[in-house]
Amino acid sequence: MDEQYLGIFDESDDKSKNEHPTNRRVELMLGALASLILVFIAGMVIFVFLKGLPSLAGNGISWFGGGGNVDEQLTNIFNSPAEPEDYVYELSAFPLLWSTFLIAFIAVCIATVVSIFSSIFIVEFAPRPLERILEPVVKFLAAIPSVIYGLLGILILVPWINNTLITEEMRVSVRYVIQLDGTSVLAGVIILTIMILPIMIAIITDSLRAVPRVWSEGALALGVNRWRALRTVSLRAIRPAIVAAAVLATARALGEAIMLAMVTGSIGFAPNPFDGFLFFLEPSRPLAATIVDGAEGLSVEPFGQTMYAFAFILIISTAFLSFAGWAARKSLSRYSIGAK
Amino acid sequence: MSATATKRRKAAARRAGSARPKKIRSKDSWSIGDRIGVAMAWFCGLMLCVVAAAITLYMAWKGLAFINWEIISTSPEASLEQSKTGGFLDPIIGTLLLTILGAAIATPVGVAVAIWLTEYGRPAPLARFVEAGIEVIVGAPSIVLAIFGLLVFQQGLFSPFSFTAEGGEVFGRSFFAAGAVMSLIALPFVVGGTREALNSIPRHVREASYALGKDQASTIRRVLLPSSRSGIATGSTLGMAQIAGDTAVVVVLLGASLQISPEGTIPGVDVLKGTGSTLTSFVFQNSPAGEGNAPDKAYAAAFVLLSLVILLNLIVNRITRKGKQVWG
Repeated sequence: MDEQYLGIFDESDDKSKNEHPTNRRVELMLGALASLILVFIAGMVIFVFLKGLPSLAGNGISWFGGGGNVDEQLTNIFNSPAEPEDYVYELSAFPLLWSTFLIAFIAVCIATVVSIFSSIFIVEFAPRPLERILEPVVKFLAAIPSVIYGLLGILILVPWINNTLITEEMRVSVRYVIQLDGTSVLAGVIILTIMILPIMIAIITDSLRAVPRVWSEGALALGVNRWRALRTVSLRAIRPAIVAAAVLATARALGEAIMLAMVTGSIGFAPNPFDGFLFFLEPSRPLAATIVDGAEGLSVEPFGQTMYAFAFILIISTAFLSFAGWAARKSLSRYSIGAK
Repeated sequence: MSATATKRRKAAARRAGSARPKKIRSKDSWSIGDRIGVAMAWFCGLMLCVVAAAITLYMAWKGLAFINWEIISTSPEASLEQSKTGGFLDPIIGTLLLTILGAAIATPVGVAVAIWLTEYGRPAPLARFVEAGIEVIVGAPSIVLAIFGLLVFQQGLFSPFSFTAEGGEVFGRSFFAAGAVMSLIALPFVVGGTREALNSIPRHVREASYALGKDQASTIRRVLLPSSRSGIATGSTLGMAQIAGDTAVVVVLLGASLQISPEGTIPGVDVLKGTGSTLTSFVFQNSPAGEGNAPDKAYAAAFVLLSLVILLNLIVNRITRKGKQVWG
C-alpha cells in the first residue's frame, strides 16, 4: 500500500507506465504469444500443402478436371503398391469439388433470403413475446452439434425423401448411372441451410439493430410504410453485413464434414443441374466429407497425401472467405454500424 | 444508464415509431409487394420456431424413450449381438475429459491474446493481422484442423503425447492430441468473450489505476482481469460447448477405440496418452452411416449430448445476466 501512495508523488510516474521494464516484458510476451497464431496458420497452410503436393503435382491441372470414376481412382490410390516409386496418384477430383460448391452455394442462397426475412421479423415485426422466444431459438439452432443434425437427417429426412419424393420412374431412369436411395444433395442442402442460418441471422440482426433509429424515422416521416422504410433505408445501410454473413456462412458450409458425410450418400458423383429436379435427389460427396470417410486410410502414404491435398483446397478457400468476411464487417464499422 | 433501461427506452421508441405511420397510412400505402414482404418475414420467423420446437420435441421423445440407467453406466463392448454392445459410459467420460482439456489449454492462451489485442495492440498492423488470423481459425473446417493436428502429432518430436508402435512409428492419436486441436476450436470464443469484457470497461477505470501509481501490467493483473471474469467465463463456456459438439476432430484424432484405453504406466497421464471415444463419435458410429448401426443407442447418446450442450449454453446465459458490471 505504501509503495503505491509514494508512487503518486514520484515525478517520473506519468512516464513509468510505458517505461517500466516489467511492463515492457509483459507486452512483449503477450505479443509474441498472439503472433504465434499467425505462425501457426502459416505453418498449417505450408505443411498441409507440402504433404498434399505429390497428389497435386502427380496430376497437374487434370486434378481439378473430370473424367473417370473418382471413387475407383481413390480405391486405386489406396491399394497402390508399397514402393514409393510405384505410388498411384491418378485422380480427377472434379465431382468432389463440384459437389462441395453445389451444396454450399444452394444452401447459402436459400439461407441468405431466409435469414434476411427472419432478421427483419425479429428486429421489426415480431410481437414482443415472440421476439423474446426467437432469440434463444436462434441460439439453440446454433448450438446443436452437427452430428445430431446428421442423425436427424439420416433417420428422418433421408427415408422421407426416399419414400415420398423419389418415384419408381426416377429410379428406373437413372438406374445405369446411379442408385437413388434418399441420401441426396437435397437432404444435405436442407440441413445445411438450417445449420448456417443462425450465424447469418446473428450478424444481420446485430447490424439492423445498430442502424440509427433516426434514419428510418426520417423515411417514416416522409409517409412511407414500415416495410418500405426498412427495405429502402435499413437494409441498404447494412449491405456489407449481409455480404459478410453470406461469406462467413459459405466458409462454414464448405467445411461442414460430418453431417454431409452422413446424409449425402458418400458417392463421388457430380449431379448435373441440367437434369432438372432429379439432380437434387442424386447422391454426391463433398471434399470435407471425403476426408472424414478416408480418415481410416490416412496412414497409407499416397492416399493420405491425396486427403491432404483436399484439405489444402479447403483451408485456402475458407481462409480467403473468412478474411473477406472480416474485411466486409470492418467496412461497416466505418459508419459505426455493427462494429464488431 | 443500465442496459435494461436503454432497452426499455428503445422498445418505447419503437412502439412510438410504429404507431405514428399507422395514423397517416391510407389503404394503398401498403402495396401488394409490401404485404408479401411482411408475410414472408412472419413466415420465416415462425418457421424458425417450428423447426427448433420440432427438433427439441423429437429429440426429447426419442431420447427419453431409449435412455435408461444401464445404458449410461456400462461401457461399450464390441459384439455382434445388439443387446450385448453395452452402453456409453466411456464416451460420456471421454466428452467431459476432452472438453475440460481443451478449455484448460484455450482459456489462458485466449485471455493472453485478447489482453494483448485490446490493451497493447502495438504495432497496429500486426494486431490487425492477428485479428484476421483469429477469423481464419474460426472459419477453418475442423476436419482440416484435425488432419493437420494428426500431421503434427505424428512427428517424432511429439511422441511422448501418444502411442508409439514397435517400429518407431508414432500413432499421433490420443486425448492429448485431440485436446490440443480442440483448444483451437475454443480459442476464438475465449478471445471474443474476453475482448468484449475488456472493451466494456471504461477508460477512466484504467486511468484511476494509473493515478494510483500502478503500471499497465499490474493494472491488467489487478483491475482489468478481475472485472472481466464473467466475460472470460462466458467465452470459455461457449468454447466448451463447441468442443463437446465437434465430431471431425474426434473421428480423426482420438482413435477409433470404443473404450478409453490408457497407454503407458503413469496413472492419469496414461489416459491422456491413450485413445477413446466421445458422445459425438459414438452417435456417428451408431448411426446408419457408421459401423454400429444402432439408432436407438445413437438417439440416447445424442439426447445426452444435446442436454450437455444446452446446459453449457444456459450457464452462459446465467453468467452474462449475473456478471454484467455497471460502471459509474
